[in-house]
Amino acid sequence: MRNYLSTDSDWTFELLQTYDSEIARIAEGYGLDTYPNQIEIISAEQMMDAYSSVGMPIGYNHWSYGKQFLATQKNYQRGQMGLAYEIVINSNPCIAYLMEENTMAMQALVIAHACYGHNSFFKGNYLFKTWTDADSIIDYLLFAKNYVRKCEEKHGQEAVEQILDACHALQNYGVDRYRRPRPISAAEEKVRQNERERVLQQQVNDLWRTLPSKPGEASAERERRFPEEPQENILYFLEKNAPLLEPWQREIIRIVRKISQYFYPQRQTQVMNEGWATFWHYTLLNHLYDEGKITDGFMMEILSSHTNVVFQPGFDSPYFSGINPYALGFNMYQDIKRICDNPTEEDKAWFPDIAGKDWLETLHFAMQNFKDESFVQQYLSPHLMREFHLFSLYDDDKKSHYQVEAIHNESGYRTVREMLARQYDLSVREPNIQIWSVDMQGDRSLTLRHTMQDGTPLASDVHEVMKHLHCLWGFDIHMETWDKGSQIARQSCPSTSAP
Amino acid sequence: MSYIIDRRLNGKNKSMVNRQRFLKRYKQHIKDAVSDAVNQRSITDMERGENISIPERSINEPVIHHGQGGRKHRVLPGNKEFNTGDQLQKPPQGGGGGSGSGKASNQGEGEDDFTFFITREEFLNYLFDDLALPNMIKKSLSQSKEFKTRRAGFVSEGTPNNLSIVKSLRNAHARRIGMGAGKRKKLKLLRAELKQLLDEPVPNSLRIKALEEDIAHIEARLRALPFIDELDLRYRNQVRVPVPTSKAVMFCLMDVSGSMTQDVKDLAKRFYLLLYLFLEKNYEHIEIVFIRHHTSAKEVNEEEFFYSRETGGTIVSSALKLMNDIVQERYLTGGWNIYGAQASDGDNWDDDSPLCADILANQLLPVVQHFAYVEITPHEHQALWYAYQGVQRANKQAFACAQIRNAGDIYPVFRELFAKERYQEAV
Repeated sequence: MRNYLSTDSDWTFELLQTYDSEIARIAEGYGLDTYPNQIEIISAEQMMDAYSSVGMPIGYNHWSYGKQFLATQKNYQRGQMGLAYEIVINSNPCIAYLMEENTMAMQALVIAHACYGHNSFFKGNYLFKTWTDADSIIDYLLFAKNYVRKCEEKHGQEAVEQILDACHALQNYGVDRYRRPRPISAAEEKVRQNERERVLQQQVNDLWRTLPSKPGEASAERERRFPEEPQENILYFLEKNAPLLEPWQREIIRIVRKISQYFYPQRQTQVMNEGWATFWHYTLLNHLYDEGKITDGFMMEILSSHTNVVFQPGFDSPYFSGINPYALGFNMYQDIKRICDNPTEEDKAWFPDIAGKDWLETLHFAMQNFKDESFVQQYLSPHLMREFHLFSLYDDDKKSHYQVEAIHNESGYRTVREMLARQYDLSVREPNIQIWSVDMQGDRSLTLRHTMQDGTPLASDVHEVMKHLHCLWGFDIHMETWDKGSQIARQSCPSTSAP
Repeated sequence: MSYIIDRRLNGKNKSMVNRQRFLKRYKQHIKDAVSDAVNQRSITDMERGENISIPERSINEPVIHHGQGGRKHRVLPGNKEFNTGDQLQKPPQGGGGGSGSGKASNQGEGEDDFTFFITREEFLNYLFDDLALPNMIKKSLSQSKEFKTRRAGFVSEGTPNNLSIVKSLRNAHARRIGMGAGKRKKLKLLRAELKQLLDEPVPNSLRIKALEEDIAHIEARLRALPFIDELDLRYRNQVRVPVPTSKAVMFCLMDVSGSMTQDVKDLAKRFYLLLYLFLEKNYEHIEIVFIRHHTSAKEVNEEEFFYSRETGGTIVSSALKLMNDIVQERYLTGGWNIYGAQASDGDNWDDDSPLCADILANQLLPVVQHFAYVEITPHEHQALWYAYQGVQRANKQAFACAQIRNAGDIYPVFRELFAKERYQEAV
């Protein structure tokens, strides 16, 4: 006689509680360290709301979220898209939304996936530890929402919208990649905000002081570059130095910048994060099944859903839309476990430091200390490359052919792995653009420098983004494109002043 | 430790504000799409929402990203036959390329439209945005003679038939709890004391007696609290409010003589339909009177009005006379707002046009809110048009003429007839 937790496919709050504590018990046995969970049951409509606010439980109002909502609603109503079973928020307590339509089996899957998988990733991975502060994010979002609303009351919705539009266009350039950011805290934010407004404005005024300096200093002043070093954090630079902005406009730039920073780790750990959560829902629920606590039918439903999630169509399949991060991540963690438990000769040669080690410890180490790029570079094994039939294609726009540069064979493993890792490198995915100089003595124009990678030009959207930049900076904007040490293009906004 | 929270009862329209902002921002695009839709829809099909398409390009949120070109490496799964060094022909540039091979660039610039759904109300709002019904105030509140009673909360005085039993008993209950609270507390203490005394090995009978007396006294007083008191009574309050007149009658007049083809009738029908929807937006109750005419006029039902065919000459004044008769008979009292719309290809018996102008100017226009005449003809204006010009000059507020050449004209003409500016001077 087995001791099933439930046999019915309907869920109840008591059952959710039971499953959650069972899963928590097993997760603890595997050493998963999590924030407390706050599991919220919501309806499909509410899920659409949650979707359109790009994963923020509280967001300031902006038309772009409305656009997102309309798109979601349309797709959902036409049946083109199922809603995700869950959304999980990197906060403390960790908020997970579960849809009421799910069956008990799906709820259990989602609890294991989100509340123990994602949750422990948020708490353990070094990027999240460095860039986000789970304790304060909800308070900060609330502060941001209220601040934006107050600005709308004070300065009009259109003025605020204009600034937000401009900031959104630049939000991927609002992060200091190399310096550790200060943690954000709503309480502190509020206290410091007034003072900051005053001080900031003063500093800006100082920078733009037009009083003539003493004759002796003049030449030195002329020599001084500003900024002294190129700046990659464009929003930060604008917040601190744009000459014409009002204090509240600087604060809004800051809000967009902080929120963008909060999402920065998520953009770099998709494979790892989804893979980790998928690995754990698979492992935890199998464990529960082995203990005889769930029925065969229950397990079948979970496996069927799991199989869909980790399906990887080939490049020539009509369903292909890039490499499925769930599939790659899940299989990589499984593969690491395999290498630890049952290493082959090949594994021993490729991974001498983990072959035969404790798999749980190795897995936790991998989760904690890598991002997608380095994770692939470090752990993608020849075995998995063969399983996925990976190959690398080289595309030079000057040639009429694609070239297959490496496949999953002895001579190709390293190239394939390196190229796949590069694919996840943000600095490759996004154009390298930095604030280069400001014409302090002349027309106050701002020059940005785009350093080309592999001869890839900027998309034509850049004109629109420059208009937004112009709106924030208030004076002419120039964008220079440099390749191999020489300038090959220059565009300006307004475009009339092009040389 | 996990908390499980049921949020299903929380509001589900969190995104409404953002949706409204989106609609506001792209108002012009949506309006264009709505006017296209009006011209494409079948005649019977105004009663629903609409899918609105906006070119993706114009609602794009720009970000800096890599364009096409340069040297790229891509790692793909599912290799079956390729070997290192193989060369694959690129799909031809431009039209048609890409999708077939399944490895079309993920950065391709799609030209898809952004499509979403607006509700019927929103559709009509966009449709009639900036339009106003002329002279609407004339017969609304100012002349209202009708009243209706409306509930307005509760009051402490009233007639027994308005007594609210639930509210009164609730008050009584609250009063009994409130007034008895001190006594009950005291009672509880006394009883506890009594119990204690009784439990003692040697009961103090004197004290017990005193206590029992006290208890009996308090219980009696508690019982004396009235179950219901004058103070508790609450009555439903009814107030009389004037009802703004929100009735309208719309007269549809149409020439059905031989010269009116089905196409022309369809155009007329679309015009009537727009007018109907517009009136419906402004009035709670609308009646429609269909009058068709050739040499003589007749009141008919909708089906007959639009689809039956007649032949013969044309005497327009017969329809105007009939309209006037019906107005006099049925709609002069009772606060009706009267609207008239006449569609014709312009043909009329030569001597009749001045008569039409006369009936219109002297009999109809003084009683109607607005009268619109549309001439549906691709050709030159006809006699009736010129006769009506004089009427229009004298009655700018209440009368308008317009010419419709083809289906595309209907909505613009309609907008022109009811544009706000046109009637602003009047108010």
